[in-house]
Amino acid sequence: MGEKKNNNLLGESKIKKLISRDAVTIYIVIVFYAVYSAMIYSGSASRQMLNMVITLSCYILLSVSLNLVVGFLGELSLGHAAFMSVGAYSGSMLSVAILEKFPQIPLYVRLPIAMLFGGIIAAVFGIIIGIPVLRLNGDYLAIVTLAFGEIIKNVIINLDFTGGAIGYDTEPIYETPKNLLPFAAVAVIVSVILIINLAKSKHGRAITAVRDNRIAADATGIKITYYKLMVFALAAFIAGIAGVIWGHSLSIIKAAKFDFNMSIEILVIVVLGGLGSVRGSVIAAIIMIILPEMLRDLQDYRMLIYSILLILLMLFNASPKLIAIRERFSVKNLMAEAKKRVAEKKKVKEGSANE
Amino acid sequence: MVFKVTNLIVTLIQGLSLGSIYALIALGYTMVYGIAKMLNFAHGDVIMVGAYMIYTTVALGKCPSILGIVISIIFSALLGIIIEFLAYKPLRRAPSLSVLITAIGVSYFLQNLALLIFKSDPKSIPTLFNLPPLHIGDKITVSGETLFTLGITVVLMIALTLFINKTKLGKAMRAVSEDKDAAMLMGINVNRTISITFAIGSALAAFASLCYGMSYTYIKPTTGSMPGIKAFTAAVFGGIGSVPGAMLGGIMLGVIEKLSMAYISTQFTDAIVFGVLILVLVIKPTGLLGKKINEKV
Amino acid sequence: MNKEYPKTKMVAPPPNILLPERDVDKPPVLDVRNLGIDFGGLRAVDDFSIAIGRTEISGLIGPNGAGKTTVFNLLTNVYQPTRGAILLDGKSTAGKLPSEVNRMGIARTFQNIRLFNNMSVIDNVKVGLGNSISENLFDSLFHTPRYRRSEREATERAYDLLKIFDMQDLAKVEAGNLPYGAQRRLEILRALATNPKVLLLDEPAAGMNPSETSELMDNIRKIRDEFQIAIVLIEHDMNLVMGLCEGIAVLNFGKIIAKGTPEDIKNNDKVIEAYLGRKEDENA
Repeated sequence: MGEKKNNNLLGESKIKKLISRDAVTIYIVIVFYAVYSAMIYSGSASRQMLNMVITLSCYILLSVSLNLVVGFLGELSLGHAAFMSVGAYSGSMLSVAILEKFPQIPLYVRLPIAMLFGGIIAAVFGIIIGIPVLRLNGDYLAIVTLAFGEIIKNVIINLDFTGGAIGYDTEPIYETPKNLLPFAAVAVIVSVILIINLAKSKHGRAITAVRDNRIAADATGIKITYYKLMVFALAAFIAGIAGVIWGHSLSIIKAAKFDFNMSIEILVIVVLGGLGSVRGSVIAAIIMIILPEMLRDLQDYRMLIYSILLILLMLFNASPKLIAIRERFSVKNLMAEAKKRVAEKKKVKEGSANE
Repeated sequence: MVFKVTNLIVTLIQGLSLGSIYALIALGYTMVYGIAKMLNFAHGDVIMVGAYMIYTTVALGKCPSILGIVISIIFSALLGIIIEFLAYKPLRRAPSLSVLITAIGVSYFLQNLALLIFKSDPKSIPTLFNLPPLHIGDKITVSGETLFTLGITVVLMIALTLFINKTKLGKAMRAVSEDKDAAMLMGINVNRTISITFAIGSALAAFASLCYGMSYTYIKPTTGSMPGIKAFTAAVFGGIGSVPGAMLGGIMLGVIEKLSMAYISTQFTDAIVFGVLILVLVIKPTGLLGKKINEKV
Repeated sequence: MNKEYPKTKMVAPPPNILLPERDVDKPPVLDVRNLGIDFGGLRAVDDFSIAIGRTEISGLIGPNGAGKTTVFNLLTNVYQPTRGAILLDGKSTAGKLPSEVNRMGIARTFQNIRLFNNMSVIDNVKVGLGNSISENLFDSLFHTPRYRRSEREATERAYDLLKIFDMQDLAKVEAGNLPYGAQRRLEILRALATNPKVLLLDEPAAGMNPSETSELMDNIRKIRDEFQIAIVLIEHDMNLVMGLCEGIAVLNFGKIIAKGTPEDIKNNDKVIEAYLGRKEDENA
């Protein structure tokens, strides 16, 4: 009998695991890439879709990683694009070097090595940036991340070995979206799984604790310094990997592209997707990249509409008055109200019947 | 490179002039931050709008310079009030990140509206006044525009300081920035005070765009971005929320920028400026004149 | 025995008058000597010396603004003391971070409750257990077998702790949504989860009704007995302090004005004066 009970418990927990929120997120990402790949490799995808897949993957990587800093750790970062640029430059340079010295090494070995390298260099930068950040909070921290982003951009543009303002020539390592897709898909899926795993662990709890109440976390024995640096390094690592993929998808990379505006773009995705929600970041990234593409016909009005939508979205999301109106007319509330009315009518009827 | 005192003096004056522009913009950031606790990222773009207003009235509308400037300043101040009313006021109690993103949305909106109306090619600001340069000795020449910038900044800063410390409205602004709820209980109209703060900040930005336009002559829809970021940096540098801090931060940033251009490296100027900022913040985490906030345990 | 005392100039150790009989033969778990801190020239706490027995429940009382919470902030290194030394099991805590002090064995709660409001009740406790969970970053990222083992263990231990206050049913509730009293209890459990030698409770009964308070008293005693730790509490509820504490120190204007058993304190003129004002005033 005991055995039977055990089995039952196991079965129940397994079912729960299969349909948990986090699992759904992972399935969404896997299905998304499965469908996308099927369309691309069967040739039914449009040219636009084909060209978009790498940008899309990079933005998913960037937003889930920035979400680690902003959503989980609760620190505002305005320089996330800089980590991508560090990854793009270092990874592409290594890839070019490998290709020159050992042309026999195939792509599926060379690219992962470059991705790892780019990620690690970006993570080192993440730690360097994280150190001053430890002493700062809130808006002061935001400005320091912004400043670091500008410094990295400025330095790369003015160095010789990075190709300066003209950009770094990545023509030799250029790969078509079709060739890059498997790497991008694996990078995204693995990153999403790792971040979800992290959130449900001792480390994830400690990070959220620091966000929720720094003083209490300190008093509970959490090494705040360690966790802050860890988050910055991990986020930079993933952004760096995105940079390497990005670098291989272009014939030239320019540091000016990874500017303040790009960092802001990523931040917008994270906020729209919901702070701390991995799934939200993924979906918001997909929408925010595909939407402007779809608005392409509107040409000049495109960015104007985008900006108005952004303002309206934020107002609807966060304005206390509008939230109240929204909740008043939500399906759930309307249903509850309808039920109440029916119940009241019944009561009245019963009352009159009793009389 | 031979070090010459005259060169140093010229560089310092240029730095003061650039720093004055930064300071005027930084004041807008810092006043709004102090009172509404938000980073108004659209503030840089108000400069751009102000500059385009001068262009429209003086270059296209053939208005006299002084009328064009007055229209530009009034328009900017109104724009500040409208932005606050439409985009920020509904979010007064919302999380700061939502407000930040809204401000970014407003910034995009202004840039793209300007792009739609004026197109992306640079427009030139006509000469507004014929200002004679000033010669000191035979070696030092200071352009009229620089002197104008310095003069107008000094006047505005004195006026602003007097306004904040001496007038009823200025005191109300300080009260609201200290404690909004307490200010409300004391009978201060918080909404109106915030509106006026936005108006003053935006009007100062219009003055900055006037000085900027006179010195740099060309404007584009993205003109406001970089001075905006630099001025934001200046505000943090001086201690965000502090009015004297913004003045000091702006002027120091301008001087550091011009000095490093002249004596260290033109290309790495931005890196040096931002590097100094980081260094200052690491040593003094709340900026030069910022108040240290102790969290009560 | 206590060779690890810092080499600062100190007066003789204070007499351990507060140690209950069963702790007398052992060195005190917490030995505080001449502790003091200045805030801009004001001596917020001065010459604060106390010794706490290994399993003692002691109380820190005094009128509002006497510096009681400041003492807790000093003991946990939230504030760095201007003068004096804190010895935990003979080891100085000088220069340590609050998190390090916690790992050395001092845990605390806060007067204005500080929970991790967006996390569940059980996760709040698990954060406290964190340092005793043997799980590295790799385990956390890849959910290795060791992760699964240590998570299961942590969950079990967290539930054991929740049982103390009978809060198992609330395990999945978000901490911020708990009623006030439950929040106070959860904060105690979270502190307890860090496996302390000394537990500092800042007004644990604030906002509780008499029946809740008497339940809390039983539970504090139970915690002491079960975990064999020292508990120091700040409290305004005199019934709780007098009924629970074995030793009491009274603080006024940052200085200890009386130390002793509840009986001593009840009859101490200085204490009565501190609370009620000078006798002459009353007569006048």
